[in-house]
Amino acid sequence: MDFITQTWHWSISGFLIGMVMLALTYFGKAFGMSSNLRSLCSMAGAGKFVSFFNWDWKSQRWNLVVVVGAMLGGYVATHFLSDPSNVSINTTTISQLAAMGIDAPHGKLAPDALFGMEIFSSPKMIAILLIGGLLIGFGSRYAGGCTSGHAISGLSNLQLPSLKAVIGFFIGGLIVSHFVLPLIFN
Amino acid sequence: MKLIKFLLVGFFFGIVLTKCEAVSWYRIYEMFQFQSFHMFGIIGVAIFTGVIGIQIIKRKNLKDVDGLPIEILDKEKGSIRYWLGGTLFGLGWALVGSCPGPIFILIGAGFMSVGVILIGALLGTFLYGVLKDKLPH
Repeated sequence: MDFITQTWHWSISGFLIGMVMLALTYFGKAFGMSSNLRSLCSMAGAGKFVSFFNWDWKSQRWNLVVVVGAMLGGYVATHFLSDPSNVSINTTTISQLAAMGIDAPHGKLAPDALFGMEIFSSPKMIAILLIGGLLIGFGSRYAGGCTSGHAISGLSNLQLPSLKAVIGFFIGGLIVSHFVLPLIFN
Repeated sequence: MKLIKFLLVGFFFGIVLTKCEAVSWYRIYEMFQFQSFHMFGIIGVAIFTGVIGIQIIKRKNLKDVDGLPIEILDKEKGSIRYWLGGTLFGLGWALVGSCPGPIFILIGAGFMSVGVILIGALLGTFLYGVLKDKLPH
């Protein structure tokens, strides 16, 4: 069972993610996760106030089912298919994080400094997660897609707009990773 | 019953993304620091697989599961929305280390704090809907 519980190799994982996109294409759908955020807004009644949410979100119900499946997959993978050897990142990365006061993985998917239960008593950390989410929601809708819709689906279909968006993802990511995170955690 | 196949694909997607650790804040940080090939390998092979699959579908005019021709829509032409929207997305992605798929997967995995990111993402999506007609696209 080691080959299941250890970190999956990038080549196998990349291939399987590509196959997920192709499976949805074969089902006559398009692979894209961020449009579910728009569906959820519409389900909550946002269409009464803003016309952008007044659309046929019910035709996208299949995608919400993909989300439910993904959540179940996340539950099963973390609770039954993981071991403490997971998330063995570069040791340089670990010492860099330590300098910012961010705990090492030790098999965890996310640092306690950002995702532990203690963050609920820290207005600063709540604000960081909220702002991060805000940028993700706003940016993905503005760009018309996220990592799945542009980086995987769009680039697989050789779309120039997707290439622009993905370069944008990296411009933004590099700015935050190299200049903003060190300011927040010092 | 037609929805079961989507549940299964989603389930599989959730397991793969968790097991390759693409849902991990650490892996995203490590990627943006260029300290590992792992994430670049995953994204690269996923696109490589996708390009080949899409080319086969197009050249052989393959039909979908219902026997209908597979239509793959081109993205709308434009620039500003992709550069600017993409960059804003990237800022958030590197900050909280999860894109929309992983947000849901991590909540499923039991990370309560990621619920805060989801609330932010819904607010951001709503804000885009409000401002859409005023933004350059």
